[in-house]
Amino acid sequence: MSSSVKIKTLTIDERQVGARENQTILEVARENGIKIPTLCYLKGLSPYGGCRMCIVEIAGSPKLLPSCMTTVEEGMVVSTNSDRIKKYRKNLLELYFSERNHVCSVCASNGYCELQSMAQKVEMSHVHFPYMYPHLDVDATHERYVLDHNRCIACTRCVRVCDEIEGAHTLDIKDRGIEVRIITDLDRPWGESETCTQCGKCVHVCPTGALIERGKSVGEMSKRKQLLPYLTKMREAHE
Amino acid sequence: MSKTITIEPITRIEGHGKITLMLNDSGTVDNALFQVTQFRGFEKLSEGRRFREMPSLMARVCGICPVAHLIAGAKACDNILAVKVPETGSLIRQAINLGQIVQSHALSFFYLSVPDLVMGFDAKPMERNILGVLKKNPQMASDGIRLRKFGQTIIELLAGKRVHPAAIIAGGVSDPCSVEVRDKILSDIPEMMRIVQRNLDWYKQALNQNGSSSLRVSPFVEEIRSFANMKSLFMGLVNDDGELDFYDGKIRFVDSSRKIVADRLDPADYQNYIAEHVEKWTYLKFPYYKPMGYPKGMYRVGPLARLNVIDRCGTPQADLELSEFRGLSSGAVLSSFYYHHARLIEILYSLEKLEQLLSEPAFTGNKTRAIAGPNNLEGIGMAEAPRGTLIHHYKVNEYGVMQWANLIIASGHNNMAMNHGIMQVARHFVKGEKIKEGMLNRVEAVIRAFDPCLSCSTHAAGKMPLQIELARPDGEIVHRLTRS
Repeated sequence: MSSSVKIKTLTIDERQVGARENQTILEVARENGIKIPTLCYLKGLSPYGGCRMCIVEIAGSPKLLPSCMTTVEEGMVVSTNSDRIKKYRKNLLELYFSERNHVCSVCASNGYCELQSMAQKVEMSHVHFPYMYPHLDVDATHERYVLDHNRCIACTRCVRVCDEIEGAHTLDIKDRGIEVRIITDLDRPWGESETCTQCGKCVHVCPTGALIERGKSVGEMSKRKQLLPYLTKMREAHE
Repeated sequence: MSKTITIEPITRIEGHGKITLMLNDSGTVDNALFQVTQFRGFEKLSEGRRFREMPSLMARVCGICPVAHLIAGAKACDNILAVKVPETGSLIRQAINLGQIVQSHALSFFYLSVPDLVMGFDAKPMERNILGVLKKNPQMASDGIRLRKFGQTIIELLAGKRVHPAAIIAGGVSDPCSVEVRDKILSDIPEMMRIVQRNLDWYKQALNQNGSSSLRVSPFVEEIRSFANMKSLFMGLVNDDGELDFYDGKIRFVDSSRKIVADRLDPADYQNYIAEHVEKWTYLKFPYYKPMGYPKGMYRVGPLARLNVIDRCGTPQADLELSEFRGLSSGAVLSSFYYHHARLIEILYSLEKLEQLLSEPAFTGNKTRAIAGPNNLEGIGMAEAPRGTLIHHYKVNEYGVMQWANLIIASGHNNMAMNHGIMQVARHFVKGEKIKEGMLNRVEAVIRAFDPCLSCSTHAAGKMPLQIELARPDGEIVHRLTRS
């Protein structure tokens, strides 16, 4: 480690921890074995701060902040799992489930879905918001993969991996709020995309059943979670 | 003055239905309607989904016989893939389906219908249930529970879980079967055979309690005579040798004298011989045999129909029982009371067939599924559910996204026959303004004999206490009976 790197000391969940000055709270927490749930964050991709599952409380700040986007400060007192945070996380998850059509029982990713396991982890037993049941399409035009907007939580992992790792930037987003959609090329069917390299990274970083391989039946779409860490490590080794 | 009796909801059946009896001035039943009052619309909600989800999605219409829907759905998907399922996959699918036949028939007979047979149709409703059977005939209750558990365990062992397993997929099944699992199932079959045989003997004796072979002196003679005891066609799948086949085969129709009306009809051509009539007063449609038109083309499906259409079961013990069953009538067995008898014979057949299938060397093979993409834009799958024939018909676009679906379900096929049956039994037993519980139980029991799954047929769910009202045309309730 370079001697010019400044070390900051902070408290996370009543534990004194040391961190490099440019680190985020999430990185430091994970280095120290403190678990903070995430959906949009994925090591190897730039942080996005969209899912809000990694929110933490910081003493002196009235707002809950996403730990993936908040850099450490000297003397910070961070709480990652207070009752307030738990309640917000559960509410957020319920909103995810109510916004689109997440029907686990007939989903290809049933049993392998991060949204599903997150709901189990935070003990979400009911969705207290009315379901919106939007009428969304399934883009099955691609030769190898399927994009099911019904299962998408707009975490943008696919967009980031396509841009930052594969360098194709086939995937992007359009519109805002609950209207936000993942698109391919300039909102053309995926099967007509001229930029897609068919690498499949988007499928394997997708936390839900929104991106799956063709031919997978219910509960068969397990994701290769080691793919991205492996690629990142190999790239670093070659730099 | 004419009056109306409404039985709503009907108890001890799967789903939610309502019976309306209209009495004339002399207090006898003028008309009877079997109404299914709820709607879920699975055909519509499947539109836009990937066809590979269809077996699991359609299985959700029912928690009792999801396996039959999985199989009919998967077979429709096999057609879309244009593949032949590998032998191992086909054998495992068949075994899972037989496990379901055993568990569902055990549920229908021991849990839902035996209370009427053991306690009597006039027994108090509080006693006329499986707990009452447990008190009066503990061996029988435990036999029912054991058999059902065996069937459920087969599904769990071969398909992963007991209700709504996801292992039956387009092209085959997802997982092979180990030798240990196969041997475990095989080792339990002899005990199950003894259970079925014991209860078949009990059933036959119960119908002839005085030892006479004549059913005229049976304690259930009135029920046998009036429980949808009528002429109709019968439909079911038979294999190339004319034997019972729950998984594959071609469609055969016979008439009430067991004369073959149509044979070796290809499931893919079902629209040529089956049409659906719609009535405004119920969500359940009325399928009929198209060449004979509506309502003349009324037919029945399910255990009674299957035993009427086949030449033989194809397994030794079941064939012995079938020959005795044939003796009940010179032509087809017409009284729907005998659905119970047919159910027990089918359990026996299923156990024997399971033993045959599991003994095939290919059963524990590794090749369980065919891999392909959508090659056809349309697929039709047919299979025999415990309650009768299922037809799943799907249309997809070139990418395999569902565009349209049509499902004709066992309880739908039987709809016309159930309505006629209710009319018959109500005319026989319901008389006068004062309703007796036993009268109404018989009206319900004729429905129960068909073991309809209204959840399947129109997709209603839940059970509520029974309420029957006798009302004048002006709406005044003259008599009300509530069962809690």
